[in-house]
Amino acid sequence: MSADGSGPPFVSLRKVTKRFGELEVLRQVDLEVPEHGVVCLIGASGSGKSTLLRCINLLEKVDEGEIVVDGQPITNGKVDVNALRKKIGIVFQAYNLFPHMTVLQNVTLAPRKALGVPRDKAEAQARALLRRIGLEEKANEYPDRLSGGQQQRVAIARALAMEPKLMLLDEITSALDPQLVAEVLNLVRELAQSGMTMIIATHEMQFAREVADEICFLDGGVIHEHGPPERIFTEPREPRTREFLARVIEAGRL
Amino acid sequence: MHQFFHAFTNPFYFRQSLPDVWSGFLVNVHMMVVAEAFVLVLALLIAIVRGLPGPAARPLRVLAIVYTDFFRGTPLTIVALMCLLGLPGTGFAFFKNASSESLGILALALVYTAYVTEVYRAGIESVHGSQRMAARSLGLSYWQALRYVVLPQAIRRVIPPLLNDFIGLQKDTAIIGAIGVTEAAAQGTNFANNFFNYTGFFVGAVFFVYLTIPLARFTDHIIRERELRERAAAV
Repeated sequence: MSADGSGPPFVSLRKVTKRFGELEVLRQVDLEVPEHGVVCLIGASGSGKSTLLRCINLLEKVDEGEIVVDGQPITNGKVDVNALRKKIGIVFQAYNLFPHMTVLQNVTLAPRKALGVPRDKAEAQARALLRRIGLEEKANEYPDRLSGGQQQRVAIARALAMEPKLMLLDEITSALDPQLVAEVLNLVRELAQSGMTMIIATHEMQFAREVADEICFLDGGVIHEHGPPERIFTEPREPRTREFLARVIEAGRL
Repeated sequence: MHQFFHAFTNPFYFRQSLPDVWSGFLVNVHMMVVAEAFVLVLALLIAIVRGLPGPAARPLRVLAIVYTDFFRGTPLTIVALMCLLGLPGTGFAFFKNASSESLGILALALVYTAYVTEVYRAGIESVHGSQRMAARSLGLSYWQALRYVVLPQAIRRVIPPLLNDFIGLQKDTAIIGAIGVTEAAAQGTNFANNFFNYTGFFVGAVFFVYLTIPLARFTDHIIRERELRERAAAV
């Protein structure tokens, strides 16, 4: 199920199952994301969205099935985990910036230490990124001096500094005050327009509808329905999807 | 009461005992500085070993646990007696030729490394797992995540308890003196034996307190500064 049918998939999951003890968090999940594709995962909390993202950069180990990223199988235990993660950026709900480092240090740490980029070059790149996200003047501030929205934008810049080929966004606006959500979503919108391949777990339905090439609805660790946003949001086929969207509309989030 | 003050704080004996006690005290300071340098490095290594993941590192972890359990539970006096009296008789030339002072430093380092390992470990465990995860997800290796993300935060948090143990180590150098190194307390004892007056001990106590107070105030300062910073973050 390719998002727009063009090109070979950049990420593909085949019958992926993940268990935490007895609990099956992901069940036989199939997913394909083409290069430059944007896939949004929607579903209630606990439906498996975050776990799915974490399996793709091996923060979680898959129990069954296969994941291929950029033509390389990553679930056979032979992959170089650090090398894989260098080309996959992930941004978390809780930002997870390094509190003992300035914004600039947060953004330059991984390029310098994991890629061996010289300091002055890494800093020049980081400043360019910070300019792009409108936070150049915060380069020497510590994260706790920034608003939540600013911190999350820095977290995105920190991931982008590794020049990843794929970005995983894990409910990155869920911890933000409503008035700070827009600045973060605008940045993600811009990334999508620039052609970044992304898999986004989100509760922001309006945003998903606008930015995604494909929507996947998860419930109980299963992808129940997937398709282009217009169809999913206007004529969902599965009863569970309808039920979920009805609740979302009731809550005033679509 | 007069006799009490005469025995411990006689001004004449104060001046008399001062030079010898001072030269003894320099030995205390020397033992303290050398032991502390070993302690800070070794304890960090052992704390890191205790945190190593995976079944392959299990023997190392067990070794680290046995070490800390043993030396944290053993009184310094016993370890010091074993080092100063026991080791030179074991036949190893290295221990036979070692000075009492060096063996005293060894005893202090063995015991305090065990304490300080636990302090470091508490600090490492206080850094939330999401920090390590964020570092690893950027492609940093286990060691890079530890070195650049976990340890700087962990060590910053444990500086006050570290300084506290530092003060403890400083004072416990006097125990080595009771066993055979001519440091401040031993000089006080010599003085007491010669003059039947204990002011020499008081002089030693004054030196120790003078060394401790700046450290204690420095600890307070660090704690206060951190409170201010965290309050600023909460606003």
